[in-house]
Amino acid sequence: MAQIVIKNVRKEFGAFTAVQSSSFTVEDGEFFMLLGPSGCGKTTTLRMIAGLELPTSGEIYINGEEVSQKPASQRDIAFVFQMFALYPHLNVRGNIAYPLVSQGMAKAQVKAKVEEVAGILGITDLLDRPVGGLSGGDRQRVALGRAIVRDPACFLMDEPLGALDAEFREHMAEELRALHDRMHATTVYVTHDQLEAMQMGDKIVVMNHGVVEQFGKPQDIYDWPATTFVASFIGSPPMNLLRFQGMVGHGAAAVNLSGHSIAVPQMIDGASGDLILGVRPENVHLDDTAPLRGTVLAVEYLGTTQIITFDTAFGAVKARISSETIVRIGETTGLRMDARSITVFNPEGRAMLSTANQGVLTHG
Amino acid sequence: MGEVHLSSLSKSFGNQVALADLTMTVPDGSFVVLLGPTGAGKTTMLRLVSGLDQPDAGEVFIGGQSMKGRTPAQRNVAMVFQQYSLYPHLTVRENMEFPLKSPLLRTPAAEIARKVAEVAETLQIAHKLDNKATALSGGEMQRVSIGRALVRNPAVYLMDEPLSSLDAKLRADLRVELKSIQANSGATFLYVTHDQVEAMTMATHVGVLDRGRLVQFGPPREIYEQPVSIYAASRLGQPRINILPADLFGHAPSGATHIGLRPEQIHQGVGQDAFVKRVEHLGDQTRLHLSFQNHDLITVTDAHTALRSGDIVQIQPDRPFYFDAAGARIV
Repeated sequence: MAQIVIKNVRKEFGAFTAVQSSSFTVEDGEFFMLLGPSGCGKTTTLRMIAGLELPTSGEIYINGEEVSQKPASQRDIAFVFQMFALYPHLNVRGNIAYPLVSQGMAKAQVKAKVEEVAGILGITDLLDRPVGGLSGGDRQRVALGRAIVRDPACFLMDEPLGALDAEFREHMAEELRALHDRMHATTVYVTHDQLEAMQMGDKIVVMNHGVVEQFGKPQDIYDWPATTFVASFIGSPPMNLLRFQGMVGHGAAAVNLSGHSIAVPQMIDGASGDLILGVRPENVHLDDTAPLRGTVLAVEYLGTTQIITFDTAFGAVKARISSETIVRIGETTGLRMDARSITVFNPEGRAMLSTANQGVLTHG
Repeated sequence: MGEVHLSSLSKSFGNQVALADLTMTVPDGSFVVLLGPTGAGKTTMLRLVSGLDQPDAGEVFIGGQSMKGRTPAQRNVAMVFQQYSLYPHLTVRENMEFPLKSPLLRTPAAEIARKVAEVAETLQIAHKLDNKATALSGGEMQRVSIGRALVRNPAVYLMDEPLSSLDAKLRADLRVELKSIQANSGATFLYVTHDQVEAMTMATHVGVLDRGRLVQFGPPREIYEQPVSIYAASRLGQPRINILPADLFGHAPSGATHIGLRPEQIHQGVGQDAFVKRVEHLGDQTRLHLSFQNHDLITVTDAHTALRSGDIVQIQPDRPFYFDAAGARIV
């Protein structure tokens, strides 16, 4: 059990700053995701929590104890790597038992502990098999077993499912999350896959270029991205970003897009100049009476839904609609945007402007 | 003409049967995606069409002509592999020009320049044309290798997971681009993937392969809405179709052993009680992990549902699929 506090942590490698002053808190028992593209600093952050890298400045607390300059061996954590390394000369039992044996635990106790863990992971039948012949999933389970068996205060995982194919990854993601729901151990998990982060995480930190862009619950980040980077990185397809010249006043409930009045949530902040209106594809509806026009460029069938790409005066706009609606390439229609769900970004295209509506959707 | 016809193809590697008596037609101008997990025979099929491997039995026809005894070069096919193979000492432009500079083709220089520029624009690599191929990122290198296939005008394009090494955003862009290149040019594509989104969004026809056999062939919508078996039904759809005992919700047709329920085939708010085990907010939708009479199932609900784990929700099948003991659909 562990709470992890990251406070103004910064990491430089020579002239390169991998992580710029970052702060966030992982609460006890949370499944916590570090999400971002490659090179964003997420793995470096994880390695600093583990003690495999020491921060250039800032503090890391595990359960209230300052550990930032302590080596990995003095932190009560277990690390699961992307390339799960198993000892090839040991069988499954030997691999899982290894951390306990090397601590000098009594034989009977090791046996009981290994069998308990194997039961949790559903690999009891494999205990006496060599690791050489195991499937990818079973190897991953053995690697997890070796981490779990020590009862560490927290688990750190660096893209543990990255090497698996899509179908199997989904299955293992569910299994990992179910395991967490049984054990409730604090878990910090690095991924570049936004769907994996949304699916598994209680909270997400989104990083880019060494900076924490946003920190919060998955649905809140999705609904109210703090920056256009988050808006584009989360969601598939990502949020539509329509660039326009204009203004939004304090208290306004509409913006003017080249003469089209578009309803937005009531604004708390105001701004003028180059603004960006953000709307998720599932909140764009086909409505022939709507003033914003779009011509169908592409139709992508996805089973239950389809993605329609429209050419508009503001660039390409994507809508996710039911696949029961028949849409033909080349036809023109009106596009209505669900006012409650619109986000407006300020002239720098970074910070989201506050609205009275934030947080309302989540409980609507 | 780019019709590809495979006639009773078989191929084994030692004891491993890769393709078993497979017959299939890729219509001229179609975009056929072969879908199946690792080991289903997808890549073997491409290699037999390209001439990189020879079948143990059966024959490949391209444009109505038997390819027996013809080398890859004599088959007029262009192939893009998952692992890009570029000439490291050449620039992007030279790599893309290479196929057109073949002495057999005698393409005029102006035509080569026009073609390369056009394809580079489409693939968003126009600004890199004068870079050395090795100075590119992995995603850019893969676009160059796709470009090298597109500058030619072969009877058929063969692609083996060309997008799998690219990041999510680029993959989404290129899905739309490849689809429109194919639709506008009328070229024939035979494309291998294990990514169901690629299959559904790009294909005019999907071929579902299971251990070397073609189990279903048709438009993506037909395979999604009218799957012939549990196996075919499980290839498309996210979350995956729920397969449960046939009589779990009550009476089932005779011979049925399993009921298949996609999320849209589960009505919520009516029917029998199910327990909500876990709620996953994916942004545009929310997944519900339910427990119903000791069986797990997954369905989808509103993004902003008020349901939480521990709640009870009523569910009822709506026009479900039924399957027999062998996994075949009962219609």
